[in-house]
Amino acid sequence: MPNIFTPLLARISPLKQTLSEDDLSIEVDAKNLFNNIEFAASAGFDYLVDITAVDYLSYPKTPVARYAMVYILRSTDFKSLLTIKSFIINEEVESITQLFKAANWLEREVYDQYGIKFTNHPNLKRVLNHHEFVGHPLRKDYIITNGQHCSIAESLMDEMDVQLEKHNLKDEEHMFLNLGPSHPASHGTIRTLVALDGERIKAAVTEIGYLHRGFEKSAEHHTYSQVIPYTDRLNYCSAVMNNVGYVKTLEEMLGVHVPKRAEQIRVMLMELSRIMDHLVFLAAQLVDMGALTNYWYLYNPREDVYNFLSKLSGARLTNSYMRIGGMSHDLYDGYEEDLQTIITNVQKGCADALALIKHNRIFHDRAKDVGIISAKDALSYGWSGPNLRACGVNSDMRYLKPYYGYDELDFDVVLGSHGDVYDRIMVRFEEIEQSIKIVKQIQATLIDGEINIADRSIILPQKKEVYTSIEGVMNQFKLTFEGIKVKPQEYYGSIEAVNGELGFYVVSDGSGTPYKMKVRAPSFLHIAALPEIIQEYQLADAVITLASLNIIAGEMDR
Amino acid sequence: MDIKGATNLLGNEVITTKLDEAVGWARESSLWPMVFGTACCAIEFMSVAASKYDISRFGAEVVRFSPRQADLMIVAGTITYKQAPILKQIYDQMSEPKWVVSMGACASSGGFYDNYTTMQGIDEVIPVDVYVGGCPPRPEALIDALLLLQKDLREKKYNPNRHANFKGALDA
Ligand code: SF4
Repeated sequence: MPNIFTPLLARISPLKQTLSEDDLSIEVDAKNLFNNIEFAASAGFDYLVDITAVDYLSYPKTPVARYAMVYILRSTDFKSLLTIKSFIINEEVESITQLFKAANWLEREVYDQYGIKFTNHPNLKRVLNHHEFVGHPLRKDYIITNGQHCSIAESLMDEMDVQLEKHNLKDEEHMFLNLGPSHPASHGTIRTLVALDGERIKAAVTEIGYLHRGFEKSAEHHTYSQVIPYTDRLNYCSAVMNNVGYVKTLEEMLGVHVPKRAEQIRVMLMELSRIMDHLVFLAAQLVDMGALTNYWYLYNPREDVYNFLSKLSGARLTNSYMRIGGMSHDLYDGYEEDLQTIITNVQKGCADALALIKHNRIFHDRAKDVGIISAKDALSYGWSGPNLRACGVNSDMRYLKPYYGYDELDFDVVLGSHGDVYDRIMVRFEEIEQSIKIVKQIQATLIDGEINIADRSIILPQKKEVYTSIEGVMNQFKLTFEGIKVKPQEYYGSIEAVNGELGFYVVSDGSGTPYKMKVRAPSFLHIAALPEIIQEYQLADAVITLASLNIIAGEMDR
Repeated sequence: MDIKGATNLLGNEVITTKLDEAVGWARESSLWPMVFGTACCAIEFMSVAASKYDISRFGAEVVRFSPRQADLMIVAGTITYKQAPILKQIYDQMSEPKWVVSMGACASSGGFYDNYTTMQGIDEVIPVDVYVGGCPPRPEALIDALLLLQKDLREKKYNPNRHANFKGALDA
């Protein structure tokens, strides 16, 4: 057992505990929940990964209470995971917002989706569903197709008043300006209400949920394999990355390992995804600064990636290429050439863009020292990925908890120092270079062999078998209609996705359909910090600060 | 003097046509899109605007983010119930003449999000002129929709009353 757990278990006496490798799951009494989390935070588990709840109403084995709260924490070095679970009786639990800034929105989501109340929460209101919504959709007795119209957007002045009060601005005169959700600078789905003094932002409130498409509820109504296309649409700028995050979690639950070649192809495609996602980010970010030319320099190489992906999977954007236990098929003949084209054109696009901005006074003046967040705050908000690395914190799971042979690859973890817009941009430019380096290494070392595991309870049989044997037909039929059976367990798995830690918390009940699925989406945690980091900056700075967080609504709102 | 007589008299110096045809031609060749992009489909719209597919070849590259300066609304992405009043507001802010293209399965029908939060097609709240299938549609499909609309403008002329009987779920 890693030493870090020793003091924890000495102090907390859990009702149940399970230990696997670096991770510990415990169940504690609801009475001690807050104290235990507080202690865990002081004993080295000071990074909040996620908060969610489970509704056991229709679970095959009825547990002690209908609802349980689940808190996932990570150690300071990011290597160990601690999951604290607690059954709650009266649908009420103490808020941990005073321990972690990230808890604010995460608890609001639990309240919104499950109706669990958090005492001492500063602002317990819905976050994903609209303000006229009645009921709590992730409760098992909420019927999935029960849609509710929303007649008008809410004013948000209730939250704004609290902000003004907090900053002692109640008596001053402000101009209120609504940015979004449909606004050139808000990318379609994010709304921010700002109180302005001239051009300066004195207080801000952000509202999300405009693209909440019910991923988690939909997942509960589909087999494990049918969920894969839904994962494409989480971060749709890098679909394959989400595919891998999901199937990897499921494979860990099933206790299977994909063959080496499959791992290598996955790494290659994940790094390509990282590149293409960063390209959209940089293109959009620079356009928001008024540097329009870069859009063509940086976006056009994406077409080369699309070309490759559509030859590979048939789709440009939403690839659904991965399968639980492998992938739909192997690389195509002659892919090497296409890969080379991608690399050449991406490098050229980046070089051209950098030539325009690297020594550009306007760019420096606008991006440097703007939208700063300290490493401490970023960690408290649960930031991850390039946004956190821009603050100088190495949280890269590829390096810290390597999977799929990342430890055998030569690449640098790119860090910033300042946590401003400039760092967030430059970190991504450099990450593209590093990803190219990884892709080249994979290409040079790619081994021959199988891409799928040989387990007929997971992987579909060959078409030839299906057409010629009754066993084949039955196998195909059962896997398609009943789904892959996953034995009852609760598991959290994650990868280092483009925007940071993308995790899936899955509760299985032995059937072929997930009982519950929660996505730990990096963008959700990033956006929660926006109102704080744009404060006291100019309005135009807020626009580029928002862009610099690379918020992808699909994963933010799910 | 009839039109023929006028043409004979003026030769190639002047082109004669009917007024509504001239207006239709002008409209057709300068549609200004307002992209109501919310999700994955909006990323494919980015491709349509970039060099390879280049929407400017069809005279529709002046993308406006202000509804007041646009006449073609392209709804690219999932529209949730929360988003619906915003969509309607933006649509109402566009002045006539205006057209709506529903890009992708989500905007057209809710797509594979048949659930509590996703509106089952934007035509629950605003009228649509062209639906484009696909999840997301390929860039060619969106361009095809544009060409279809342009053909319509060229041939059938613009009928401002075509949605007169439309009543959306959020209309008073
Ligand atoms: S139609 Fe498909 S690609 Fe388009 S927004 Fe919907 S899910 Fe995304």
